[in-house]
Amino acid sequence: MNSNSIITAANLSGGYKNTPVWSEASFEIAKGEFIVILGPNGAGKTTLFKLLLGLSKPLSGELSVLGQKPSRGNSRIGYVPQSHDIDRDIGIEALEIVKLGLTGTRWGMGFSKTGTKEAIEALRLVHAEELARKSLGSMSGGELQRVFLAQALVSKPDILLLDEPLANLDIRRESNLVHILSDIAKKEQVTVLLIAHNSNPLLSVLDKVLYVANGKMTIGTPESVLNSASLSELYGITIEVLKDSLGRLAIIGIEESGRHDHDHE
Amino acid sequence: MNTLTFSWNIWNDVLTMWQYDFMRHAFEAGTIIAIVAGVVGYFVVLRKSSFAAHALSHIGFTGAAGAVLIGLTPLFGLLAFTLGGGLLIATLGTRAAERDVQIGTVLAFMLGLGVLFISLYTGYATEAYSLLFGEILGISSSDVLVTAIAGGIIILVSIAIYRPLLFMSLDQAVAEAKGIPVYTLGIIFMLLIATATSISVQVVGVLLIFALMITPAAIAQRIAKRPIVGIGISVSVALLATWLGLFIAFYLPYPVSFFITTTTFMLFLASRFVFKTT
Repeated sequence: MNSNSIITAANLSGGYKNTPVWSEASFEIAKGEFIVILGPNGAGKTTLFKLLLGLSKPLSGELSVLGQKPSRGNSRIGYVPQSHDIDRDIGIEALEIVKLGLTGTRWGMGFSKTGTKEAIEALRLVHAEELARKSLGSMSGGELQRVFLAQALVSKPDILLLDEPLANLDIRRESNLVHILSDIAKKEQVTVLLIAHNSNPLLSVLDKVLYVANGKMTIGTPESVLNSASLSELYGITIEVLKDSLGRLAIIGIEESGRHDHDHE
Repeated sequence: MNTLTFSWNIWNDVLTMWQYDFMRHAFEAGTIIAIVAGVVGYFVVLRKSSFAAHALSHIGFTGAAGAVLIGLTPLFGLLAFTLGGGLLIATLGTRAAERDVQIGTVLAFMLGLGVLFISLYTGYATEAYSLLFGEILGISSSDVLVTAIAGGIIILVSIAIYRPLLFMSLDQAVAEAKGIPVYTLGIIFMLLIATATSISVQVVGVLLIFALMITPAAIAQRIAKRPIVGIGISVSVALLATWLGLFIAFYLPYPVSFFITTTTFMLFLASRFVFKTT
């Protein structure tokens, strides 16, 4: 095992109720790496997050996070789920919800000032200090995304798990968020694992791609994973990866794989 | 009460009012209940559990009717049934959306049982009426004591679980990942609603429970930028409505609950037109 590795999986399988979604996954992730997790819907990307967060147990194999078996309530992991159920009517300001990332697990009422300094610092890290006093109910999807990212960062985690943070963002906001995340990974030496649908906005900043499909996982540099041979092997059918003049990738053939799965259900 | 006249010397009016035991008891119980409903209601609205609160108060009606039938104080029937119902609802699921159908099913059955109890009861119809619409002027000193004890427990528990409850109300998935026992806290909170509903029924009855538990909190939700301020606003609105309702009803021959519901509704309308979430 690499001494620098922060997450290690060996022959790991994950799934629900003894039915594995994927199995025999082995990988190592090092401190400060920016990993993008790709794969079709239902391939088990979020399942991996649940395992890392200690919210569910591996069906078999070993998983170590920060040198320990994963367990719920690890303050060194920051997590931003895919969706937030925030009502338009909620007047509560951003600062309060960011503070909860630090104080929300403590019993009692506490002092209202506790965590304010850290929360403002976390908001600054995601370029959202101007949102501190804004009501959650009046925020756009992109603003909420940054506020919840700040909440995940307020406890100064070593690992950041982001479930589709780029969904529902327009191209400009998408590129802003990608640069913010890349800065955090580099400057704060935070390991980022980000689930995405499309690797193109992330190609310039990511270190590795973890591709989940067809019950299997493969990890490596974008060049080694996102190519016709590697993806064809993973899916078990012919997949073609095309590159345009700017280096953007188009993956062709996955649609057939989806239809193929469906036929056998 | 018709011989009493309003003098515009408010302090004197209040002193006159407090010479009557039933008015003193009403103010004491009403104050405790307004505080409790304001606090618990804030989280009910934040967690979108209004339907659960509504169902619990109606399940409590059946309990109260059953208690009256076998000659017990309605409050004990209320507590027994709402606590039982609260446990049941909490174990049905953690998300409001999953629960609504199950809650509705249980609610319909319980109300049917309530109708049976009422038809079996051969006493006065006023008993059922006061359960449905509240009878704060009939509160005894022992009712006040039970209300105070229940209210004290609710407030203490609310303070103890304040931050984790707030966290899971705003962000259940993250709170769970952070190690907050969301399932257990969900059950505890449901029991808080059950107890708060039981004591509130004395003032506004099962049908009007929202006036104290939902409307003040809905006003606060929109206005307050900080949760603690929101709870303060929610409690203040509930207190204002209860006190004003009691005060007006002392001079006019109409039900207290009508004045309470009207006050909170007017304030709710005002909050919608005046405040915009920013």
